[in-house]
Amino acid sequence: MSEPKVKIATCSLAGCFGCHMSLLDLDERLFELAERVELDRSPLTDIKELGNCDLGLIEGGVCNAENVHVLMEFRAHCKVLVAIGACALNGGVPAMRNQYDLKECLEESYLRGIGLVNPQIPNDPEIPLLLNQVHPLHEVVKIDYFLPGCPPSADAIWTFVNQLLSGQPLALPYTQIHYD
Amino acid sequence: MAESDLPAQTVCEIVQRHGGTPTRLLQILRDVQDHLTWLSPETLDRVAEELHISPAKVRGVAEFYSFLYTAPRGSYDLLFSDNITDRMLGNRELLHYLCERLGVEVGKTRVDGVVTVGTTSCTGMCDQGPAALVNGYALTRLDKPRLNRIAELVNGQIPLAQWPCEFFEVISNIRRADILLGRHFADGSALRAVLKRGPEAILEEMVKSGLRGQGGAGFKSAAKWISCRNAPGEVKYVVCNADEGEPGTFKDRVLMQDFADLVFEGMTLCGRVIGARQGFVYLRGEYRYLLPSLQAHLQRRREVGLLGKAILGDPTFGFDIDIHLGAGAYVCGEESALIESLEGKHGVPRIRPPFPTTHGYLNQPTVVNNVETFAAAAKIAVEGGAWFASRGTAESKGTKLLSLSGDCERPGIYEYPFGVTVRRVLEDCGALDAQGIQMAGPAGHMISARQFDRRICFEDLATGGSFMVFSHRRDILDGVRNFAHFFVHESCGFCTPCRVGTSLLRDLVTKMHTGHGTRYDLEEMRKLGRIMQVACHCGLGQTAPNPVLDSLEQFPEAWERRLRSTAFEPAFDLDAALEQARQLTGRSDPDAYLREEELILGAMP
Repeated sequence: MSEPKVKIATCSLAGCFGCHMSLLDLDERLFELAERVELDRSPLTDIKELGNCDLGLIEGGVCNAENVHVLMEFRAHCKVLVAIGACALNGGVPAMRNQYDLKECLEESYLRGIGLVNPQIPNDPEIPLLLNQVHPLHEVVKIDYFLPGCPPSADAIWTFVNQLLSGQPLALPYTQIHYD
Repeated sequence: MAESDLPAQTVCEIVQRHGGTPTRLLQILRDVQDHLTWLSPETLDRVAEELHISPAKVRGVAEFYSFLYTAPRGSYDLLFSDNITDRMLGNRELLHYLCERLGVEVGKTRVDGVVTVGTTSCTGMCDQGPAALVNGYALTRLDKPRLNRIAELVNGQIPLAQWPCEFFEVISNIRRADILLGRHFADGSALRAVLKRGPEAILEEMVKSGLRGQGGAGFKSAAKWISCRNAPGEVKYVVCNADEGEPGTFKDRVLMQDFADLVFEGMTLCGRVIGARQGFVYLRGEYRYLLPSLQAHLQRRREVGLLGKAILGDPTFGFDIDIHLGAGAYVCGEESALIESLEGKHGVPRIRPPFPTTHGYLNQPTVVNNVETFAAAAKIAVEGGAWFASRGTAESKGTKLLSLSGDCERPGIYEYPFGVTVRRVLEDCGALDAQGIQMAGPAGHMISARQFDRRICFEDLATGGSFMVFSHRRDILDGVRNFAHFFVHESCGFCTPCRVGTSLLRDLVTKMHTGHGTRYDLEEMRKLGRIMQVACHCGLGQTAPNPVLDSLEQFPEAWERRLRSTAFEPAFDLDAALEQARQLTGRSDPDAYLREEELILGAMP
């Protein structure tokens, strides 16, 4: 029997799924990847319960209570946890709200927005409660690796995952992690 | 004239008084603010118009300096010095006491616009704190009775000129004098020496003396003067760096207060040697109380022929000195940032080389020396290089002024020959219970009792003069945290490693200090510190991690007793971060909380 496959889980917290789209941009290389890895919980599999994994890839920052739970679950189940993309590393675009009070943000969206009918701040318990600020992942759990980019290119993800899985030292070419 | 035209009229007059010169922008803004209490957008636009420069440039300068206000400020602006030595003397309690008496919040202007109370970086009164500034003038030895009186004076809107003068008394506290402070100096003797023997002979004495920059960097002063003298350029400048911003240093304040003539003489001497006709003193804003006496000294020197067009009657020897007042920016102590500030810009350090000796003020050859260096140079010109070099060590000649503060019985100024041990200094100042010293200020080094036999000299412990003593009853991390905040406030914001690094470091230090840190955070601080040391644009950022890195090495126990036993702890209180949303939504269901016992905090596979 062939070697057991490496188990990978992915998720998007306060992100735009752009990093996941970049992952899909691996195109035909996805077939090669599929031979070596097995996807656990991921938007691509729709598996809800996270199993024990070798690698967790997370895009997006932490903006609400559910993000905190998911992130901690990933940390507890993944041997190696990687922050992928600007939002996971720095908070990114969602963190632009950090310069405003949460009250101002919610009022702007739900009380003062144009064309609102029955304006009110949503309070359904099904909706995750917002943190007063958006945080990068490493402020909530320990992160092992950071892959920058908005999003990181498919090439950068490919180099990173290959080097990590084969145990090589991580060394990305300049063009894959710099944007000048 | 309509009342609304008054500010415009004021601006116009002030700009005229400064000759309409854009290099005087900082001085102009200071004067305008003195009249109008703050710099409104309209005022700034007016200044730009009068000077024919862009409004963005004026706003950039106004927003850069701590003592320039672009939002309304009370007519009485009180700023408590917030150095660790002020904290040791209980300044925080006094700050809140005064705020309570005045009915004002820290950092906010009272509704009636009469008073603002805030904090500022070290004001250089560490030996007579707790200290503060009122409208820029130094207040010393604050205590509750004094604050009661101040509250009455403010509420009664009594002009500063009528406040009791003992509130503003600044004493020199010279505790030990050696060749610089101890020997008489006859005004004009250094200038007579250079006229008699010629600049080359004086330079030879300077070389022999081995004098090094007393601001702390220790560059050979003679080499600087020679480089500037030889630099091509018709117009050259002499700049005296009296922007003594390193927390815990106050020796330049004492020199400017008690030995101003010696310093001016050193500058004039330098002018003759390098061929400059104009000198500037860049005096830190915190020392504005010295301005009238310094101006009087300059005027007297002009009257007796020691300054002006024909010094000592020699028409080829012309030199004059102008005083520029800073406005609360530590980074301007860096010589190229200081020059930028002198030119009326915001103080961001230049890329070096080229160095100021070839491209300084207005891109002309410029010597920038510390106050103490000029004072020593004047003495060397009279007494000779060999005389000076007979004191000190092989690589550090002469003496050093130390500013002692913190936990010692006799804080003040101590002049020692280079090479003196830390232990000797501690004995002399009556610091019997020292656990550590912050040497050369936050940008310098923190040393523990194991190193008290080290010597103060460039070969071993270099210093600009700050010497803050921490006794065993102090928590070293209180100091580290205070310094971390200091660097965040003083970072000029130009380069990312410093602007972001100082904030990240402050957050990590605070996390540790409040008992939420883990080993992971200690390692993060080390990593961050190493990045800042190599990646920052200037010395400010490169030295900003020193207190953290040094204390990790010298006082590991201070950090370790605060460590959490988990592998990782979030950077902020997760549940508290939901509080605002809970209030806004009125929710209290289980999902509206992130309770520690229900989280898999710090869990690792």
